[in-house]
Amino acid sequence: MSAVIDSTNNSHSEDGHEEHHGPAKGIARWLFTTNHKDIGSMYLWFSFAMFLIGGCMALTIRAELFQPGLQLMEPEFFNQMTTLHGLIMVFGAVMPAFVGLANWLIPMMVGAPDMALPRMNNWSFWILPFAFTLLLSTLFMEGGGPNFGWTFYAPLSTTYAPDTVTFFIFGVHMMGISSIMGAINVIATILNMRAPGMTLMKMPLFVWTWLITAFLLIAVMPVLAGVVTMMLMDIHFGTSFFNAAGGGDPVLFQHVFWFFGHPEVYIMILPAFGVVSQIIPTFSRKPLFGYHSMVYAVASIAILSFIVWAHHMFTVGMPLFGELFFMYATMLIAVPTGVKVFNWITTMFRGSLTFETPMLFSIAFVVLFTIGGFSGLMLAIAPSDFQYHDTYFVVAHFHYVLVPGAIFGILAGVYYWLPKWTGRMYNETLGKWHFWLSFVGMNLTFFPMHFLGLAGMPRRIPDYALQFADFNSIASVGAFMFGTTQLLFLYLVIKCIKSGEPATDQVWEGAEGLEWTIPSPAPYHTFTTPPEIK
Amino acid sequence: MRSRLAHWALSLLLPAIYAADASAEYGLNMPRGVTDVSHSVYDLHMQIFWVCVAIAVVVFGVMFYSIIMHRKSKGAVASQFHESTTVEVLWTIVPVIILVAMAWPATKTLIEMYDTSDSDVDIKVTGYQWKWRYEYIGQGVDFFSNMSTPKEEIYNTAPKNENYLLEVDNELVVPINKKIRFLITANDVIHSWWVPDFAVKKDAIPGFINESWTRINEPGIYRGQCTELCGKDHGFMPVVVRAVEQDEYEAWLLAKQEEAKATAELAKLTFTLEEQMKRGEEVYTTNCAACHQANGVGIPPAFPALKGSSIALGPVEKHIELVVKGIPGSAMQAYGGQLSDVDMAAVVTYERNAWGNETGDNVSAKDIVEFKNK
Repeated sequence: MSAVIDSTNNSHSEDGHEEHHGPAKGIARWLFTTNHKDIGSMYLWFSFAMFLIGGCMALTIRAELFQPGLQLMEPEFFNQMTTLHGLIMVFGAVMPAFVGLANWLIPMMVGAPDMALPRMNNWSFWILPFAFTLLLSTLFMEGGGPNFGWTFYAPLSTTYAPDTVTFFIFGVHMMGISSIMGAINVIATILNMRAPGMTLMKMPLFVWTWLITAFLLIAVMPVLAGVVTMMLMDIHFGTSFFNAAGGGDPVLFQHVFWFFGHPEVYIMILPAFGVVSQIIPTFSRKPLFGYHSMVYAVASIAILSFIVWAHHMFTVGMPLFGELFFMYATMLIAVPTGVKVFNWITTMFRGSLTFETPMLFSIAFVVLFTIGGFSGLMLAIAPSDFQYHDTYFVVAHFHYVLVPGAIFGILAGVYYWLPKWTGRMYNETLGKWHFWLSFVGMNLTFFPMHFLGLAGMPRRIPDYALQFADFNSIASVGAFMFGTTQLLFLYLVIKCIKSGEPATDQVWEGAEGLEWTIPSPAPYHTFTTPPEIK
Repeated sequence: MRSRLAHWALSLLLPAIYAADASAEYGLNMPRGVTDVSHSVYDLHMQIFWVCVAIAVVVFGVMFYSIIMHRKSKGAVASQFHESTTVEVLWTIVPVIILVAMAWPATKTLIEMYDTSDSDVDIKVTGYQWKWRYEYIGQGVDFFSNMSTPKEEIYNTAPKNENYLLEVDNELVVPINKKIRFLITANDVIHSWWVPDFAVKKDAIPGFINESWTRINEPGIYRGQCTELCGKDHGFMPVVVRAVEQDEYEAWLLAKQEEAKATAELAKLTFTLEEQMKRGEEVYTTNCAACHQANGVGIPPAFPALKGSSIALGPVEKHIELVVKGIPGSAMQAYGGQLSDVDMAAVVTYERNAWGNETGDNVSAKDIVEFKNK
């Protein structure tokens, strides 16, 4: 998408739509840019690079788990792979991709010329490559990278951690700063820069979901910073926050971590709700059903996300009352989530449906995310959770909400807006191939994990008992299928940028919203004078 | 083989139906277990599962109906309806009612699981990197349970046996039809003690004691694993419980008590270097080789080499101190409370004479006792 603007937009600025000047030349453009579209593209490319790196780690894990026994690596390295896979996918792939979409789309959707704080925008992005270089460099240091799981429970991540944990802590701080600045920017843009007449309740749902996500980020990223700082103090300055021998409590770590961690999982899904809520009406040629209830549902989910954190900790030995409270609160989340699913389906009902790639990914999103929701509901039932907790059932659950949830949401969004960004259509046949291979590969990988977990396979183990062998080999085959398919996506995007058919301004027959009123590709500067909102 | 494949295909197509009956054979579903509590948990699991299936049928039914009937290529014309408060209220309230109906039995089961009062047998379970310790409170029986699967099977140089990775040297032996209370804690990092057939899973947390209980209905051998990432060998610390009739349990307990006495007696004897090396190698393989490796070269920097190390070749007392007291805040545990004096003497002797560490020192149990008494 960046290359888009490289190849087409320069020539395009000569065409001179409404912009006064084009981008700077060469590398300086990318280093110093304050343009929301440039920064959005950089976020998206960065996120895709991280998706491939994190994906390679996942394939390393699946290769080892293809058969019982230790074949390819020692358990220490396996643990580093599971840890870094999680960290990179969460903080490097999913979150930056959503910030990239926000950068590209929010100004265009609310009729603003750019983000409210463009220089800070540049900085939020440019922190990330350094943060992840720092994190990944630990793999090559003595003692190896972080090996305590992406949830880094103390004291495994403090007293018993490799020395490189300090680099990990610093990396997390940097990612946190980046996210907080990004969130401030989104809020400032949405609240201050809407075109006249664009009232809050007229905003596209993608903007709404991002507004709420941004508040979640501001609320919980400092909590994450707090917990890693407490770790740093325990490791280097002799405190005992998480060390029982010094009067601390290892469970305190989990409470603080999950107070961040649960809202974090909604941070990774709410913008995808927004994307899908844009796409389904377009290809159903019918307005979104229940716009107001969609907004209220997202807000309810966000609020509930702060009072359910301890459902990740049902086995730590909480008092009965705590256990019951978190069980009831967690079950309650099914209600607003259900409302969203019902609304999407009612939007499709009696529409006039077509199935272009963005729609395919969105439909798969609704079906598979709902399956992830069902297993989430099962996990909420505390007595059964004792059996599911920390098994592959949980791995299946959160991959069902993250892969066909967050990742499919992002892919749907990229297909949907790619013609607007590049001015060119992607190849629909290749897009469909990408979808179906991803769909089959993803289900082949993660569906058998439900069975593995129920049958008793714990997560995060490099080797397993023989009764788990069959499903593990299937999952590994599926993983390689899903992983290699993503290279097809890379090819498709590059092909689209280089030689796609020219796209119209509206691109999709049923598309509505400000971003479809401007030319394709979107000029370097848009809405320098605010549009008129009907 | 063919029928197995057919089963398999079926299992992918109809996981729901399949899970309900042929589950045990292929490990598709949660085991129903052997305790009343595990039965309640299984029932809860199946109830919520079927509720989910029912909702899925309705919701996806409407969706696929739309996908098939309302496609543009069939000439479908889009309606423009987009709001209905009645419908919204309805699909908010109906799920709430379903959830309340689910919460009720779940609450009942949870309350039952939390009632650890009036136990017949109390066992303290302690997680170590990477083994379990079982102490029968008030019985003078206390032992470690290590995975017994040989390295050759893990590294694929020997065929894997049927209980691969789920077998231990010392099983936890318990009586059936008695309320057994587990007091669960850990020595280093957080572990989690899980036996699926009992529906008991509780985190073992250093510095804190968690409680759980079970009452087993049928004799048998029940296997589980550690379920909280606890470092390198997290995948290699199984739990094996043998549930037996009361009289068999009592006989076993008596034998264990005798065994402890005999070990204490051994400390009074002296052994030749050769005997010491033989015992020492066994102790080393069980307790030390996971980190320091069978060939003594370790996995630096986390797990230092013993071969040619300054500790193994230096003063004996320093060596004993390190093994007895460990290195606080590292993976090197204090073995003083874990190994008998005889085993401790043997393993120190072994480390000082194996892999070319030829000091010739023969450390005796008396040396260990003297060190501990200082």
